[in-house]
Amino acid sequence: MAVVKLQRPKLSPGEAIYLTALIKGFFLTMTHAVKSLLGKSMGAKDLASSGLGVTMQYPEQKWDEHLPEYYRGAPALVTDEQGRERCVSCQLCEFICPPKAIRIVPSEIPADDPWAKVEKRPAEFDIDMIRCIYCGMCEEVCPEQAIFMRKDYAITGLSREEMVHHKDKLYQIGGVRVGLVNKWNELK
Amino acid sequence: MLDILIILIKIVVLTFCVVLPLVPVSVFFERRFCAVIQDRVGPNRVGIPLTLFGFKKDCSVFGLGGLIQPIADGIKLFLKEDFTPKHVRKVFYWLAPALTVAPALITACVIPFGTPVSLFGHTEKLVIADIDIGPLFIFSVASLTVYGIAIAGWSSNSKFPFLGGIRSTAQMISYEIALGLSIIPVLLYFGELNLSAIVQQQAEHGWLLLPLWGHDATHTLTSKLLFWFPAAVSFLIFTVSVFAETNRMPFDFPECETELVGGYHTEYSSMKFAMFFMGEYAAMVIGSALIVTVFLGGWSLGFGTDPWISKLSVGGFGFGGFIHLGVFLAKVVAFILFFILVRWTIPRFRYDQLMKLGWVIFFEAALVNVFLAALIVAAPHLAAAITAIGAVLLVIVTAAIVWVARVSEAKPKILRA
Repeated sequence: MAVVKLQRPKLSPGEAIYLTALIKGFFLTMTHAVKSLLGKSMGAKDLASSGLGVTMQYPEQKWDEHLPEYYRGAPALVTDEQGRERCVSCQLCEFICPPKAIRIVPSEIPADDPWAKVEKRPAEFDIDMIRCIYCGMCEEVCPEQAIFMRKDYAITGLSREEMVHHKDKLYQIGGVRVGLVNKWNELK
Repeated sequence: MLDILIILIKIVVLTFCVVLPLVPVSVFFERRFCAVIQDRVGPNRVGIPLTLFGFKKDCSVFGLGGLIQPIADGIKLFLKEDFTPKHVRKVFYWLAPALTVAPALITACVIPFGTPVSLFGHTEKLVIADIDIGPLFIFSVASLTVYGIAIAGWSSNSKFPFLGGIRSTAQMISYEIALGLSIIPVLLYFGELNLSAIVQQQAEHGWLLLPLWGHDATHTLTSKLLFWFPAAVSFLIFTVSVFAETNRMPFDFPECETELVGGYHTEYSSMKFAMFFMGEYAAMVIGSALIVTVFLGGWSLGFGTDPWISKLSVGGFGFGGFIHLGVFLAKVVAFILFFILVRWTIPRFRYDQLMKLGWVIFFEAALVNVFLAALIVAAPHLAAAITAIGAVLLVIVTAAIVWVARVSEAKPKILRA
């Protein structure tokens, strides 16, 4: 590679004395200070600032409505429009889960159940939110569109037990999803 | 007996209830101000946790949450493990933090905080030790701070602290001269070394940098305005030297994080580290107090209001001094804010640039400034011809110094491929 020789720029006396640059610097920092005190910092509006700088003050203000569609929050199970658990406990998510956060105990659906032809559903479905890394592989791998990454991000608890999401909690977060999987529906 | 009691009370009140609280306050201001400069918020949450004591709401003082943050920081530092590495020299390692804090607090004793306060017919000056060598005392004691830093660097027995200590020593040597020389014009002008008397003169005849009132035969407006220029040069050199002396941002070589990890306090933790931290900020408080005292009129409110304020009293309790104390503290806090603004505006100098600034520019400028000030002070007493000769001589000497400084500067070699 060719050697590039750099010559230092020649400073004019005004620049060499350094004071003008200092005063310019003071003006720059003070403009920033005044602007952020007035809540008029650059980008304050786009970032929904609290009125001081560009910062949004978290617990009082939240970013929720700004979250993008593809946001990966807590994984959750969904039911379909007829109230059927979509999960058929095939355990693919359990096997793919990189940190091994998912634990499924499959069970058989009794013959007198209206959905007996689905054959299986989870008896227990635990996701350990301490282990979960929000990678979204479970959602990716699910053949039944039963597990989705929701937008909940503030998962807290006071003990390890509290941090494990059991089946009912997962369905509560997940809610109902309409469409997408129609193969179990009655033929019209 | 009563005298000793009064002195003790003054030490406790002025040092531990006025100067020391300014340290956490300036830390708080530092964090909030730098946050605002960087379009952030800064610590704004820590209030008094009244909910712990059964109240409904936590209290955040004056709507300015975060004022309690320095206390929280202090508690955190106090409760941290005080770890002493195995490879250090224990005695000096323990001694160094104290050596950094103590001088900064000792210098507080000659700062005049306000006009005398009277109570029950007893008048007391708001200064701990009203000695006649104020600035000299401050210089001699404040330069002891460097021992703390150098000893910390050496006793830590590891590379980066050692480099920090060495840098601190070199920096101290190159700036102490400019610091001492730059204040000489001021002392010439006032003919005083007693800080209380200096402030008293400024209250009567206008601050050194704002001489707009109290003209009389010996203090004419022209003489004051003529002296304004050397005073401004003194102020500039003195302020920059105080920045270097207190290891503040453009000159914080002993502890620059990007070059020396943590500098001289790399090996320190817990309360020992906190003492270095406190020493730095205490030095900053004292530095701005000194600048305010010497150049900006100390406790004086200015424009001829001071005699009126000092006479204020209610039933034998002359509280005018406390108003002056408030004015003084307001000025000090304002100057601390300036310190902080400088820290977050100006990038760190390169090490050789700092040495050059100290030895080649400020030292010479301060010297010339001393002679210029002497000429201006002496001019009314001299014949016009002698003054003119003096002025011509001064110009020649200045030109010679500038020429020598330019010639002696090594030209950077142009690299050839």
